[in-house]
Amino acid sequence: MSSRGDVRTYSGFRAMTMLCLFVLYAPLIIVTIYSFNASRSITVWEGLSLQWYADVFWGPESGKFKQAAINSFTIALIAATMSTAIATSAATAIVRGGRFRLRMASLGLISLPLMVPEIVTAVATLIFFNSIGFTRGYLTILAAHIAFCIPFAYLPIQARMQGIEDTFEQAAQDLYATKAQAFRRVLLPMMMPGIIAGFLLAFIVSLDDFIITNFVKGAGIETLPTAIFGSVKQGIKPNIMAISTMLLVVSIAMVTISYIVGKKDNST
Amino acid sequence: MAGAAATGGSARSDTYASARNWLLLPSWAVLCIFVLAPVAMMLVYSFLTKEFRGGVIWEFTLAAYDQFFFDRGLFGDEPARIDWTYILIFWRSIWQAGLATFLALLIGFPTAYFIATRPAQTRTVWVFLITIPYWVNLLIRTVSMKFLLRDQGPLNDFLLATGLIDDPVRIINTNAAVQIGLFYSYLPFMVLPIYASVERYNFALSEAAADLYASKWTTLRRIVIPSVRPGIIAGCILVFVPSLGAFLAPDLLGGAKNFMIGSLIEEQFKGNAGNWPFGAAASMILLTLVLVILMFLARQQARADREATS
Repeated sequence: MSSRGDVRTYSGFRAMTMLCLFVLYAPLIIVTIYSFNASRSITVWEGLSLQWYADVFWGPESGKFKQAAINSFTIALIAATMSTAIATSAATAIVRGGRFRLRMASLGLISLPLMVPEIVTAVATLIFFNSIGFTRGYLTILAAHIAFCIPFAYLPIQARMQGIEDTFEQAAQDLYATKAQAFRRVLLPMMMPGIIAGFLLAFIVSLDDFIITNFVKGAGIETLPTAIFGSVKQGIKPNIMAISTMLLVVSIAMVTISYIVGKKDNST
Repeated sequence: MAGAAATGGSARSDTYASARNWLLLPSWAVLCIFVLAPVAMMLVYSFLTKEFRGGVIWEFTLAAYDQFFFDRGLFGDEPARIDWTYILIFWRSIWQAGLATFLALLIGFPTAYFIATRPAQTRTVWVFLITIPYWVNLLIRTVSMKFLLRDQGPLNDFLLATGLIDDPVRIINTNAAVQIGLFYSYLPFMVLPIYASVERYNFALSEAAADLYASKWTTLRRIVIPSVRPGIIAGCILVFVPSLGAFLAPDLLGGAKNFMIGSLIEEQFKGNAGNWPFGAAASMILLTLVLVILMFLARQQARADREATS
């Protein structure tokens, strides 16, 4: 047992891992700490305070951030729901639809938003809406988000469905369930962990997006990332650090949920 | 990720073959209208004439591509010379993205390997720790890095306090800051696919190599790395492609001087000063570059797979 351990492990790899985690976490931890700074300056530390959180909710810029947060969360919710439904439907056809000519083409089309650089998608979408004369605003952001969230929702759903033998649906159909019933009552519940993972990933990807949103949003509408970006352009203010910390908490909560869902999945 | 979608399924069947077309319709409709059609439209725009208020005139011209590669003097009447301005911006982006990929691999591979060799219970905790930054808003991460690297920021404070330096080091608004930002942004994208590959690696191979008197580093180089190559390639793609077209890191950390492709393109569409056909042409050149790289790697991978099976 000890000789096996020797073959597997490399000295120095642990140190590299620690360095990796340090690099990933140090900036986030420092910003979180400074978001509780009592000072007006971002450089000097003057003790603990919640004033910047209060500033986000009730300060002079609170209206702007509130509207941006509402836009961000409603767009993320609708885009994640729609793209998860579309992805589930596509995965059913691709994994349970037998052999067909357009199978590879469908997979390619679904993976397309992952292969095209984001800035290119952003430019293309802007040009598209401009050329068809569609006024940019909430709806154009939503349409773009639904499209680029599809592959993120699709991958966990496909992976999950591939792990489910079709014997369950066959059994249901042998017991006189229609195909629709077999899907809704048997396949869908078994796919739930994949669907939830896909939904959460799509939600976070939509909430996260800056580049595409910045191109297609038009004047007068902001999401949280575009509002934060606009504010940071004038210099980092403490209230931005408070907003960042709150979004950080949202992200961590979502990873934790998907982690718990995944863990439950393994235990059954 | 794209590779994962392209592989066949293990539990495939034809239960829903009859409803197939209806099930595929929504995804085809949305992706054709909002991804394929826009890219086609962008290709068309790259051949149109620029309108000064930031739109296009529907007249065919190669002016945008010509402007990208050639310099014809201020009035366009001089003989064409190769204009290196934009080519150099692309070259700098490729170089920066390549270096970020290399650095991420240097740190990411040992991390992925270390995590994959932990006992099952602690392994999930390690993976969880890598996954969190992957899910955190990229803008927030970049702003955090900007805060850290500032002239009066915590990093300089720390270095001054330890006495390593006497004056604050200027990091922000340099190429190095962009490099740090890209590496930091996409590091988790390198670790996760390599981890997935190492986890499936059969360590009996390492033991066999050790029994045959291979040193540990020889085993790593000749046995482990070739076995987990698909994960390494996937990780490199996931770092290189977004780094190449990155906008946030160069814009927030690099300032105005350290232009990369992303900023060049963004500028063409900002306000009224932009040149839409030129922005479309630069985007087409970037897209072509990325697709050529992906196709090359896919063919390499297919060849490696054939050799492994034959």
